[in-house]
Amino acid sequence: MSYFDNFLIMRSEVSLLTVILFLLLFDIIAGKKGKKYFQPVAILLFALHTLTNLVPEAAGEAFGGMYQYHPVMTIIKTVLNVATLIIFLQSKHVFDGNEMKDQRGEYYFLTLSTLLGMYLMISSGHFLLFFIGLETASIPLATLIAFSKHCKKSAEAGVKFILLSAFSSGILLFGISYLYGTTGSLYFTEVSMQISHNPLQIMAFIFFLSGLFFKVSFVPFHLWTADVYEGAPTNVTSYLSVVSKGSAAFVLMTLLFKLFGSYLYEWQTLLFWIIIVTITVGNLFALRQQNIKRFLAFSSISQAGYIALGIISGSALGMTTVIYYIFVYIFSNLAAFGVISAIESRTGKTDIPDYKGLYQTNPKLSFVMMLAMFSLAGIAPFAGFMSKFFIFSAAAEQGFYLLVIVAVVNTIISLYYYLRVVKAMFIDPNGQPLPALSTDSWNRASLILCTAAIIFVGLLGFILDMIEKQSFGI
Amino acid sequence: MNFLSLFVLIPLLMILALFVARNRKQVLGIMVAGSSMLVTLAAFLAYNYITVRNSGNTDPMLFTAALSWFKPLHIQYAVGVDGVSVVMLCLSAVIVFTGTFVSWKMAPLTKEFFLWFSLLATGVFGFFISLDLFTLFLFYETALIPMYLLIGVWGSGRKEYSAMKLTLMLMGSSMILLVGILGIYFGSGATSMHISELAQHTMPVELQYFFFTLTFFGFGVLGALFPFHTWSPDGHASAPTAVSMLHAGVLMKLGGYGSFRVAITLMPAAAEKLSPIFLVLTGIGVVYGAMAAIRQTDLKYINAYSSVSHCNLVLFAILMLTQTSLTGAVLQMLSHGLITALFFALIGMIYGRTHTRLITDMGGLMKIMPFLGASFVIAGFSNIGVPGFSGFVAEMTIFVGSFENGDLFRRILTIAAVTSIVIGAVYILLTVGKFLQGPLQNEEHGKLDDAHWFERLAVVTLIAGILYLGSFPTEIANMISDSFGSLLQVAK
Repeated sequence: MSYFDNFLIMRSEVSLLTVILFLLLFDIIAGKKGKKYFQPVAILLFALHTLTNLVPEAAGEAFGGMYQYHPVMTIIKTVLNVATLIIFLQSKHVFDGNEMKDQRGEYYFLTLSTLLGMYLMISSGHFLLFFIGLETASIPLATLIAFSKHCKKSAEAGVKFILLSAFSSGILLFGISYLYGTTGSLYFTEVSMQISHNPLQIMAFIFFLSGLFFKVSFVPFHLWTADVYEGAPTNVTSYLSVVSKGSAAFVLMTLLFKLFGSYLYEWQTLLFWIIIVTITVGNLFALRQQNIKRFLAFSSISQAGYIALGIISGSALGMTTVIYYIFVYIFSNLAAFGVISAIESRTGKTDIPDYKGLYQTNPKLSFVMMLAMFSLAGIAPFAGFMSKFFIFSAAAEQGFYLLVIVAVVNTIISLYYYLRVVKAMFIDPNGQPLPALSTDSWNRASLILCTAAIIFVGLLGFILDMIEKQSFGI
Repeated sequence: MNFLSLFVLIPLLMILALFVARNRKQVLGIMVAGSSMLVTLAAFLAYNYITVRNSGNTDPMLFTAALSWFKPLHIQYAVGVDGVSVVMLCLSAVIVFTGTFVSWKMAPLTKEFFLWFSLLATGVFGFFISLDLFTLFLFYETALIPMYLLIGVWGSGRKEYSAMKLTLMLMGSSMILLVGILGIYFGSGATSMHISELAQHTMPVELQYFFFTLTFFGFGVLGALFPFHTWSPDGHASAPTAVSMLHAGVLMKLGGYGSFRVAITLMPAAAEKLSPIFLVLTGIGVVYGAMAAIRQTDLKYINAYSSVSHCNLVLFAILMLTQTSLTGAVLQMLSHGLITALFFALIGMIYGRTHTRLITDMGGLMKIMPFLGASFVIAGFSNIGVPGFSGFVAEMTIFVGSFENGDLFRRILTIAAVTSIVIGAVYILLTVGKFLQGPLQNEEHGKLDDAHWFERLAVVTLIAGILYLGSFPTEIANMISDSFGSLLQVAK
C-alpha cells in the first residue's frame, strides 16, 4: 500500500479538511464584496462534501491500523453531515444580522473542526487518534458555546463546558493509561485481545466509559447539559444535542463492541441501570421546564437513554436501530430547533408560555414544531414512532423486557411534556400571540427538509434495510 | 395493488386535498366526496366478500396481499379481511360519512378539523384491514393522537383536562400493548409479524400468561375495560359531536376487535385460563356503567356511561369464547357503534339549539323538534334492546352465547350482566321522560327549529342501519360467525 492510498481510505476526512481550509482562506482573503457570498459558499461547499461522501466503500485501514474504515462509518458520517448541513441552513440568518456579522468565518471553521474531530473518533483504531479526535471535537465546541460575545450566560456556559469537558477527558485518559499499562499497546485490536477480568482493567473500563458517558450526557454525567444548552446560541445548542450526542453514542457503541466485547455482561448490567435513571431523570426534569431550550436539553437526555436501549442489546439489530434512531432523531430535534431559532432571532423569546397562540399568527412554524414534538414523542405515523418501535424491538429481542417496560412508561411521561408545547401553540388562548414572523429561505429549506423527513423517512422501509446491510459485521 | 389499500389511500388523499383547500366550500366538498367514496368502497367490499364466500371459498382471510416493508424485522404491509373486518369497515365508513354531515357547521378552523378527522379515519380503516402486527399497531396509534387536538381545540367544557387524560390513558395502554406485541413476536419464534403466521406458532404457556395480560389490557383500555374506563365519559363529554360519534362509534371498537384478533387468537391457552379475571372486571363494568348512567344529568355523560356499559359487554362476550358469544360481540360492536353515533349526533344537534345538555334544564322538546325527539326515542329503544332494533339482536346473541358456556361461574356472571338491560331501560326512559315530554322548561326553547337537511341525512342513515341490522341480521351474523370457526378450533 502506497502512502497515497492511506489518504484515499481517509477520503472523507481529507475532503472535509479541504473544505475547512478553503473556508479559512476565503474568510481571510475575500474582500468586503466577496464576504457577502461567504455563507452560501460555505453551505454549498459542505453540501458538496456530503454528496461526494455518500457511497460506502470496501472496508480497510490506514497508517498501520491507526485509522480503520468500515462501510457503516460512511453511513454515520453522512448522518452527521446531514445534521450539520441542516444546522448551517438554520444559522445563516443569525449571521446575516449586524451583531454577529464578523464572526461568521469562525463559526463555520470551528463547527467543521469539531466535525472533523468526530470523524476521527469514529474511525480511529488507536487510542491516540481517538483522543486527538475527542479533543478536537470538544475544545472548539467550548468556544462555540461561548460564541455570543455580549451574552453573559453564553460565556458562563462555555466555561462550564470546558471545565467539565477537560475533567472528563482527564478521567478518560486515566482509564486509557491503565489499559496501556496492562496491555502494553494502544491499538484497539491488540488491547481487545488482552482484556480479561483483571481489576486494573475493570477500573480502566469504568474510567474510560465515564468519559464517554459525559459526552452522551447519560445520568449521572448530565449535569452540564441543561445550563450549557440554555446558555449557548441556539444553533450551537442544536449542534450539541444532535451531532455531538449522535457521534458520541455511535462511538460508545462501536467501542463497547470492538474493545470491550469480552465485558459484555458487565457493560450490559451497567447500561441497564444507566438507561433506567437516564430516561427517568431526563423525563422528570423536563416536565417542569419553562425555557424551551432547557426543556429540550432534558428531553435530549432521555432520548440518549432510548438510544442506549439499542446499544445494550449488543446485536446487529441493535446497531442498526441505533443508527436509524439517531438518523430520525436529528430531523425531529432540528425541526424543533429551527423553529426556536427562527422565533428567538426575531423576538428573543424562548419560554414555552411565549408560544401560546402561535398557531393564530404562524401556522406553518407551529405545524413544523408540532410534527417535531410528535416525532420526538414517538407518535404514529411519524418517523419517531418507527425508530422507537425498532429500538424497543432490539431490546426485546435480547430479553430486556423490564427495560422496555420502563422505557414505555417513560414514553407516556414524555408524551405529557411534548404535548404541553403543542397545547401552548394550538389550544391555549392568548390575546397577544407573537407577531407573524418571516424566516429566510435557507431556514425555510431546512424546515421543509426536516418536515419531509419526519413524514416520509419512517415510511421508506429501504432505509433500515440499507443500514442493516452495512452494519452487519462490526 | 390490492383494492383494500384504497381504504387507507382515500383518507390520505383527503388529507392532501384538504391541505390545499382554500375555502369552506372546498373543504366540505372534499369531505363529502371522500366519505361517499369510502361508503361506496365498503359496500363494494361487502358485496364482493359475500359473492366470493358464496362461491365456496373458505380461506380464513380474503383479498390478502403482503408487501415487505422493514426487512431486518420481517415487517410486512399485509392486508386482508374476514367477515368481522368487513362489517367493521362498513360501520366505520357509515360513521365517517354521517360524521361529516353532522359537522357541517363546524367552526372555527374548519379545514384543520377535517384534517385531523381524516387522519383519525385513516388510522381506523388501516387498523381493520391490517394483518401484520406492526401495521396494525401503527394504524392503532395513528387513530389515537388526533383525538388530543380534536378535543383540545374544538371541544367544550373541561376540554384540556379531558383531552390530556384521554390521550395519556390511551397512549399509555397502547404502550403496554407495544410490549405485548414485541413479546408475541419474539416469544413465538415466528419469522414474521403476520398474524396468520404467528397463529401457527404456539408460545410457551408462561409467556402467554404474561403477554396476554399486557395485550388484552392494552386493547381493553380502549374498549373501556373497567376500571380503566374513566377517560371515556370525560373525553366523550368534552369532544365535539362528530368526534364523539367516531370515537364511541368506531374507535372504541378497535379495542374489542384487537383483543380477539390479537390477544385471543394468538394466545388461546392464556385466554382460556385468564378470562375469569377479566370477565369479572368487564361484568362489573357492564352493570356499573348502566348504574352510573342513571345518576347523570348531562346528556353526553348519560350516553358515555351507557357506552362504557355496552363496550364492557363486548369484551365480556369476547371472553366467553363461544362461537355464538363472539358473534354477539361483533354484532354488539356494530349495533352499539350505530346507536351511540346516533345518540351523540342527536345530543350534538339538541345542544346546538338549546345550548345546554342538562336534562333538568330542558323539557317538552318533543313538540318543538319532533324529528329529533322521535329519533332520540328510536335510539333509546334500540339501546334498551327492543325487538326490531339492532340492540335486541346483539344482546340476545351475546347472552345466549354466554349462557351456552357450561361453566357455572360464567352462567352466574351472565345473569348478573343481564340486569344491565333492565337498568338500561331505567335511564333511557327517565331521560326521555324528563327532557322530551312534560312541560316546556324554558320559554326560549319554544322558538327553536327542527333538524336541517344535512342533519336529517345523517340521522336517517344511522336509523336505517339500526333498523336493517335489527330486522335482517341473519346474513351479517352468518358472515361474522363463519370467521370464528377456525379461531375456536385453535382455542380448543
